[in-house]
Amino acid sequence: MARQDPKKDVVIVGLGWTGSILGMELSKEGVEILALERGEDRKTVPDFAYPNMIDELKYGIRYGTMQKPKNSTVTIRRTLDETALPYRHLGSFLPGDGVGGAGVHWNGHTWRPMENEFRLRSYVEENWGAEIIPEDMQIQDWGVTYEELEPHFDRFEWMAGISGQAGNVNGEMIEGGNPFEAPRSRGYPLPPLQQTADAEMFAEAARAMGLHPFPRPGANASEAYRNEYGMQLGPCNFCGFCERYGCINYSKGSPQTCVLDALKRKPNFQYKTNSEVLRVTLADDGKTATGVIYWDEEAGEEVFQPADIVILGAYSLHNVHLMLLSGIGQPYDPATGEGVTGRNYAYQMNGGTSMFFKDVDFNPFIGSGTVGMSIDDYAINQIDFGAEGFIGGSYITAGRANGQPIRGIALPSGTPGWGAEWKQGIGEWYGHSMSIGSHGSNMSYRDVYLDLDPTYTDKHGRPMMRMTFNWKDNDIRMTQFMKSKIEPVAESMNPDLMQSSYKGDGAMYDVRPYQTTHNVGGAPMGADPSTSAINRYLQSWDVHNVFVMGASAFPQNIQYNPTGAVGALAYWAAEAIRKDYMPNPRPLV
Amino acid sequence: MIKLLRILAALALIGVVVVLLLIFLPHHLTEPQEDLAADWTPEEGQGEYAMILGDCAGCHIGADGTPFAGGQPIDSPLGPIYASNITPDPEHGIGEFSLDDFRAVMYDGVDEEGHDLYPAMPYANYRKLSERDIRGLYHYFMEEVEPSSNEVTETSLMFPFNMRFGIRMWKWVALSDPGFEPPFGDEVENAEMLNRGAYLVEGPGHCGACHTPRNLIFAQKGFTAEDSEFLTGGVIDGWTAPDLRQEGTQPQDWDQVEMARFLATGRNAHAGVSGEMELVVQYSTQYWTENDLLATAAYLDEIGHDVARESDAEDDVPSLSEEETVTLLGDADPEMALGPRLYLDNCNACHFSDGRGAANVFPQLAGNATVTAPVPRGLVQTILEGAELPSTEAYPYKLRMPGFGWRLSDEEVAELATFVRNAWGNDAGAVTAADVAGIRSAIEDSPEGHGEAAD
Ligand SMILES: Cc1cc2nc3c(=O)[nH]c(=O)nc-3n(C[C@H](O)[C@H](O)[C@H](O)COP(=O)(O)OP(=O)(O)OC[C@H]3O[C@@H](n4cnc5c(N)ncnc54)[C@H](O)[C@@H]3O)c2cc1C
Ligand code: SF4
Repeated sequence: MARQDPKKDVVIVGLGWTGSILGMELSKEGVEILALERGEDRKTVPDFAYPNMIDELKYGIRYGTMQKPKNSTVTIRRTLDETALPYRHLGSFLPGDGVGGAGVHWNGHTWRPMENEFRLRSYVEENWGAEIIPEDMQIQDWGVTYEELEPHFDRFEWMAGISGQAGNVNGEMIEGGNPFEAPRSRGYPLPPLQQTADAEMFAEAARAMGLHPFPRPGANASEAYRNEYGMQLGPCNFCGFCERYGCINYSKGSPQTCVLDALKRKPNFQYKTNSEVLRVTLADDGKTATGVIYWDEEAGEEVFQPADIVILGAYSLHNVHLMLLSGIGQPYDPATGEGVTGRNYAYQMNGGTSMFFKDVDFNPFIGSGTVGMSIDDYAINQIDFGAEGFIGGSYITAGRANGQPIRGIALPSGTPGWGAEWKQGIGEWYGHSMSIGSHGSNMSYRDVYLDLDPTYTDKHGRPMMRMTFNWKDNDIRMTQFMKSKIEPVAESMNPDLMQSSYKGDGAMYDVRPYQTTHNVGGAPMGADPSTSAINRYLQSWDVHNVFVMGASAFPQNIQYNPTGAVGALAYWAAEAIRKDYMPNPRPLV
Repeated sequence: MIKLLRILAALALIGVVVVLLLIFLPHHLTEPQEDLAADWTPEEGQGEYAMILGDCAGCHIGADGTPFAGGQPIDSPLGPIYASNITPDPEHGIGEFSLDDFRAVMYDGVDEEGHDLYPAMPYANYRKLSERDIRGLYHYFMEEVEPSSNEVTETSLMFPFNMRFGIRMWKWVALSDPGFEPPFGDEVENAEMLNRGAYLVEGPGHCGACHTPRNLIFAQKGFTAEDSEFLTGGVIDGWTAPDLRQEGTQPQDWDQVEMARFLATGRNAHAGVSGEMELVVQYSTQYWTENDLLATAAYLDEIGHDVARESDAEDDVPSLSEEETVTLLGDADPEMALGPRLYLDNCNACHFSDGRGAANVFPQLAGNATVTAPVPRGLVQTILEGAELPSTEAYPYKLRMPGFGWRLSDEEVAELATFVRNAWGNDAGAVTAADVAGIRSAIEDSPEGHGEAAD
């Protein structure tokens, strides 16, 4: 028998980026809030304290801050006729675990999607007609516009202390910023980081070719900063151990640096760690949630936690898993194309070109998560999809994010991975390489989705979630297009050696190498309940007191890193819950 | 503290001689400083605010966090002195106290049964409280605080310090006249504000209890700015409570708004609060009104001496200018001395080679009172254990510096501390490995066992 605890007004599942934001915003209403986090508590000191965090083997290679597959993972297959197998060793993506979630070990790239990405299907149909959309492609509008979200992007960027250079403030173009970005109501809270040599070289080459480089925006503070909650960041010291690590220096925007100590002062907010939510419980008619069941690790028992509102902030994949396990929304079926929960999972299509320069010393130990220069000349709003034969786009970028010695040293292809020749290669090339990368969109498809695995169960005996994902021709054409644009820029820089890595025809999804932790979709938002799991306020269409945060809401992936949009959606939903839902709980659409 | 021991021992001896006299002579209690009507009641919130000004909460908080339930030990080499339960519980608290009993505690350090209180209770400073604040406090504790039945461990110091009549004799010489005299006349611009600042600092804020040096019998050397040694630096828990008056000290160097910000948030463009002062910010000054903080800053500024602090007599370490330090660190010569090398490896990421840190986040080390304190315990303890800023309303982040004691030997800490005490124009005495060893063991022995902050 599960223990039953006293009722709360709001239960938040997961205390990462979205859980922290919702906790902070909803606590202003005076309601009693409990956040349940499956992992450990984490603070900069002692958990990320210098110098122990600067350990690439422990954190960069052995994934010290991330989810352990033995505790939580998915099964993966590429096509409908493969049998999915558990993702037993992290590789392709690295979900977070513990207070702060993946917000602890992210890099901090913080973007706003382009205006037309929010209404992608309409944009394509209006300009080229529905016929250019491949038959199995399921792209959708988001049901919310950039204009509506703009104030919430602004909130998130000013909360997380983003360093960057605006290109378009209220329609006024600003030299040095991104000329293709959507208008913003004001600039970034902090100036851009000082650039590294590779970024400067790339920017110069791009400029010479008539392109428009600008500093890439990110959550590594260029100066000391204090946000709206009074929380603080210190200036980033370019330690180069950013992605995969908690910041030693209070410099990376994260739930810890930007929200949590302010949130912990609220008397109506409590949080419990080592408390994994197993499912959301529904009322008999299935129209409302009554609370959640979680595993209390300390007590060693299941607990029923009643609540009036349930916020899922467990990261995209876990949000969808919990919905599938709890019967929230009809599960998606690729055979019929019906159902919404698990629909439109998508990923990120990236590629890159490395260059080696015998005579340039890049000082690669100096790096920061988001330092670098980018161009958006081949972004979604710049490409003629009809003429190019694909839908999508990328931003292209160079900068030293990784200053770490093990994974951070690029070697010319063909160099052995160990032994005397490897040593010689390291001696010759350490500090002499750089790369230009493309970071691109990934569309949604009929047979790319999430559901419950028929075979494998997790440590709680629940069916694991199964991911069916593969690369598709449209996106491969998109990344090949980027290759054709990047290589000439790289060549113009006259490297001694150059090598490219972009997905080509017939590429299959390989879960071993790291790609990105930008798992999106599965609980898409939208205006039509037959193709979306949640409405424009991130509210479940079927169970109106469940709100689902995170990138699971994306109906297909944007060309940018997701968290700017994840943060904006969290503020947007929080406002709707506070001002509209709480006074009168009901389906908001 | 050793000094205290010796003094109290001497006192106790004399005490034995006059013991009978002392026991049988009744206490002479201080009268109210103003005639207030018997039915006078404080305005709403006035009593609570007086409590905040006096920082009663910091010492009297219960072990489980119950406000004013008492029981927390105040470290003394003679043994722990336990803060009393000051909730209105009639049996375990002060519920049976009359207003006169309460005033006697605050002004004269005498409890309702006529026992003399240990001067851990700063009645030497509270003697300057106005009658209005006394009445406000009395009202607050009787009417607004929840009673708690927490039974506080009785303080039992070893013989002869458990003979409280020794304290009585000490008080004859150690206390000043009661009552507050506004020092600034109308001819002074801003007199009202400055007088308010004086009242706060001398009276409820009891700043002198830590920041004024003590004489041979452990009495504060002065209670008002007329005394030239008032607020010129003392010692608390082995740490230097910095001089607040000499030229070049922080309140004299900082502008008044920065000083006020420091008290309100525990941090400002230059420094972060540390040591016992952290508790003062946490429980008291963060809740002071802006006007009171500015009045305090203005008053401290006003009473500054024009004399520069005397440099440390034993200082034989040459001081490096800011430019020399930045060059030394920037060159990063592998042959560089151990101190600067350890600085680069451990400290530079936050405090930077110019020693300026970052406003409100990473304290500046150049000119930092904890760094250059005559007694280096604060600096060494911070290097060993780290330090944490208190969470305040405007600046909630408990920014914490990690400790380095686990990875640096006594010699290394000494080299590092000596370097920062003499870099960027700092000029303070060397720290030895023996000093560090002593501080390490003192920290281990302390009953609170500082260590990593609990949440
Ligand atoms: C290595 C890496 C680099 C990244 N870099 C970038 C980048 O540069 N730019 C960008 O935009 N994005 C980046 N991301 C993605 C970014 O971290 C996420 O988008 C963001 O953290 C998502 O916020 P969230 O609140 O949805 O999930 P999270 O922040 O991950 O928080 C989810 C929390 O829920 C908890 N949880 C999960 N299941 C349960 C359960 N059943 N019960 C209780 N608690 C649960 C988890 O332990 C976790 O703490 C990166 C991610 C990784 C891993
Ligand atoms: S690169 Fe900067 S933001 Fe990232 S972990 Fe290092 S100090 Fe922190």
